[in-house]
Amino acid sequence: MSTFRFDDVSIPFRDGQSVGAALVAQGILSWRTTRLEGRPRGLFCGIGICFDCLVTVDGVPSQRACLVRARDGLDVTTQEGSGYAAE
Amino acid sequence: MSAVVVVGAGIVGAACAHSLSAAGAEVIVLDRGSVASGTTSRGEGNILVSDKEPGAELELARLSRDAWLEVGEELGRETLELEEKGGVVVAASPEALDALSSFAAAQRSAGVTALDVAEPRELEPHLRAGLAGGVLYPEDMQVQPVLAAAAMLEAAQRRGARFVAGADVVAGVRDASGRLTGVRTSAGEVIGADAVVNAAGTWGAQVSERLGGPVPVLPRRGFILVTEPLPPMVRHKVYSADYVANVSSSEAGLETSCVVEGTRGGTILIGASRERVGFDTTLDVDVVSTLASQATALFPFLERVNLLRVYRGFRPYCPDHLPVIGPDPRVPGLFHACGHEGAGIGLAPGTGRLIAHHVLGGGPLAPEVAARFTALLPDRFVQEA
Amino acid sequence: MPLSDLPPDGVVIVGAGPAGLACAATLLDQGDTFVTVLDAGSGAGGQYWRQPAPPADSSDPGALRPDAMRGLHHDLGTFAELRSRLEAGQAAGRASLLTDHHVWTVVAAEGGHVVHAVDRSGGPGRERAVELRARHLVIATGAHDRSLPFPGWDLPGVLTAGGLQALLKAGDVALGPRVAVGGTGPFLLPVAAGLADRGATVVGVFEANSPTRWLRELRAVAANRTKLAEGAGYAATLLRRRVPVRTRTMIVEAHGRERVEAVTVARLDASGHPRRDTHRRIEVDAVGVGWGFSPQLDLAVTLGCALTADASGTPVVQVDEWQRTSRSGVSAAGEACGVGGAALAVAEGRLAARGIVGASASDAETAGLREEVARLRAFAAAMHRAHPVPAGWADALRSETVVCRCEEVSAGTVRHAIAERGATDARQVKQLTRAGMGWCQGRVCGHAVELLAGGGSGSPAERLVSTPLPLGVLASRKSRAM
Repeated sequence: MSTFRFDDVSIPFRDGQSVGAALVAQGILSWRTTRLEGRPRGLFCGIGICFDCLVTVDGVPSQRACLVRARDGLDVTTQEGSGYAAE
Repeated sequence: MSAVVVVGAGIVGAACAHSLSAAGAEVIVLDRGSVASGTTSRGEGNILVSDKEPGAELELARLSRDAWLEVGEELGRETLELEEKGGVVVAASPEALDALSSFAAAQRSAGVTALDVAEPRELEPHLRAGLAGGVLYPEDMQVQPVLAAAAMLEAAQRRGARFVAGADVVAGVRDASGRLTGVRTSAGEVIGADAVVNAAGTWGAQVSERLGGPVPVLPRRGFILVTEPLPPMVRHKVYSADYVANVSSSEAGLETSCVVEGTRGGTILIGASRERVGFDTTLDVDVVSTLASQATALFPFLERVNLLRVYRGFRPYCPDHLPVIGPDPRVPGLFHACGHEGAGIGLAPGTGRLIAHHVLGGGPLAPEVAARFTALLPDRFVQEA
Repeated sequence: MPLSDLPPDGVVIVGAGPAGLACAATLLDQGDTFVTVLDAGSGAGGQYWRQPAPPADSSDPGALRPDAMRGLHHDLGTFAELRSRLEAGQAAGRASLLTDHHVWTVVAAEGGHVVHAVDRSGGPGRERAVELRARHLVIATGAHDRSLPFPGWDLPGVLTAGGLQALLKAGDVALGPRVAVGGTGPFLLPVAAGLADRGATVVGVFEANSPTRWLRELRAVAANRTKLAEGAGYAATLLRRRVPVRTRTMIVEAHGRERVEAVTVARLDASGHPRRDTHRRIEVDAVGVGWGFSPQLDLAVTLGCALTADASGTPVVQVDEWQRTSRSGVSAAGEACGVGGAALAVAEGRLAARGIVGASASDAETAGLREEVARLRAFAAAMHRAHPVPAGWADALRSETVVCRCEEVSAGTVRHAIAERGATDARQVKQLTRAGMGWCQGRVCGHAVELLAGGGSGSPAERLVSTPLPLGVLASRKSRAM
């Protein structure tokens, strides 16, 4: 089965699934913390409207996990705050 | 005690109400919308001395800067998101740096602090490499305009001022001598006043006509880009030296020269284009693309940063690009306080004090200070006509 | 972008859901113009006929199969037919379907409009600016779930009802194992039925309104018997799966630390306020809540199309008998003209196409479509009247409950702006508190803030940029032109 990396874990997925669907299928419900209060967040609207499921994909912050298609070898990382390191 | 009607609850109207009520006037603020619902909510919140050449506008900017610090003391800097962040003007080429240096030299002679910066990246580490140089203006500040307008208006209300939202002024009421004694609203209500202040911003021309003392205030469209929220990446207000030429320009058509700055909320604002296209609300994709292109050229990290929002505002300008502040010589009782173009936020509290001085005949400013602002009086348009 | 790169002038349809697809299929049947359909999704179907992305390798045994999701969809036959007509158009060189294309703005231009999109098909970091000239533009942008805040609604595992269904339809994932579904509207039933059919334990469907409200709408119901049959089908599934359906009940709180662990539900009193003495706590692993849908109006508002209000007071695009908006060369079809379901969207899409090709108002087909639209609109109006947001929806909000999820603005802050600082609509609240200023630009919290401010049907937010795009992508337009 195809897999992508989520932090240090290998996540199996079925072709056609989004990154968010694949994570949720593995029981992972959150992959982001909010900027101000550090609260955990994951999927909410599931259709690209709410931007709650933001995640860093291949080093690019703030991608919508509900829209990004899972692909073999993708490097997905938890997004802390804005996803950008402060200077 | 004087009863004063202030037309407009934008930043200038709020500042006028704030100064007038502090000086003991009985103030009523009318706005056809709500507080800060026009141009005020569509600006970056610039409090700048850096972009102004010596003259009355720079004097007003310096008066206003001191006034902003006092407002910050009174109402709390946090409340206004007032920040003494400083501005950095950068020049890409040696030629642009020459022009910037002589501009800064003239400003220094007028009392502005302008420090040469050999390597702008020491101030702003994310700027691109290879810029020719820059000038640091430590006196430049930033404020959140809506919060500032709301806070000044609320402070005025605590001193007894009244604010009526949704009241459109349709006409002035005059006595037999021609003196303005009040205004009539669209609801048919007549509100009596010893003085009426036209602080209607971009709509100042229409209001001035309704009150019988027309002044030429025209709209100039501007777009501002707002990014996703980020950690602090841009510390100062950073702009390219071309902006200096733009602000004082009177040529027609589009001018863009980007200004990049961070906000308390984490977003980065990229302004500001200026176009004379009347009140056309259309989004011009080429204009916002040009701003994006200039901003990413200054700060390469912005390439991957998302644009979340574009807002569009209409900045009020007079043909000579100076605000019109003072009594209308044709209509006793009428005072103008509009036409601040892209500088209305920064110039608001100084304008408020100047208006209080004119309306109350004395007030907060010493006569020799007020005398510096004769170039802003409405008389210049009356004489032309 | 140089003009030579632009596809031929023709009709550009934004949205490949039921309305957009029906419009495209009819245009290809009836006219000879080139039809371009753009959609942010990975395939045609929209939210209603949402499908998994087509497999990269058709021999991959693990890949998701659209046919495996059959049971989740209603009226798939219509979808298959419309899609095959679009595919035939593509094969004949008369149509193009641009998936993963997010339209970020539209502007009027000489002879029509220019549609600006971001092509995200290359994946993160490889987005590209695309622009299309449209002689005629069709706005078929659909709708999204309407959300209302409640304590704990920001916990992971709490989704919109539509979010739960999207996971199921596009990802074959039934979130659970124990799941609660709440809010109001007939849409909650297929969500719960789909989850139950896929093995989730649906602990309850908590519908805030009473079915007796439908008794006032018998005329609209009688004229739309297929809707009744559809609802009855879902009800039968729920009965078979032993899913309790509780009416006049709402989820007032979600509990948990790092994720949702339980919900509290409460009965509503006669005036629509949750009764504290009826609180009941239920252990769950997931929650889906939906309060109906909000039409996506961004493009129409940007263009200055006239709006009107639907039966619930929600602003929608105003259209004439040909689905034409007040702007010349711009039509709208589907949920953007008022939420009313897929069958209505299909009829409106067809009608819009007939208007564009200049069909006769008197032909039988047009008359039939108009009748269908009127009948389904009447049903939609009945649905809006039968499923209002209850008066006491905000009773459970605590001062610290987050209202704006993006900027983390609390109910206390929003209420302070309204009560103490005089804000009377969502825009003013936003200016004073940042609620609605974040990533989603108020799409999630906007309705709630408007309700808290005492409005609820105010003028919709203007969003000149209808979806985010990297500044570098925008800047690249300039470097290419120079």
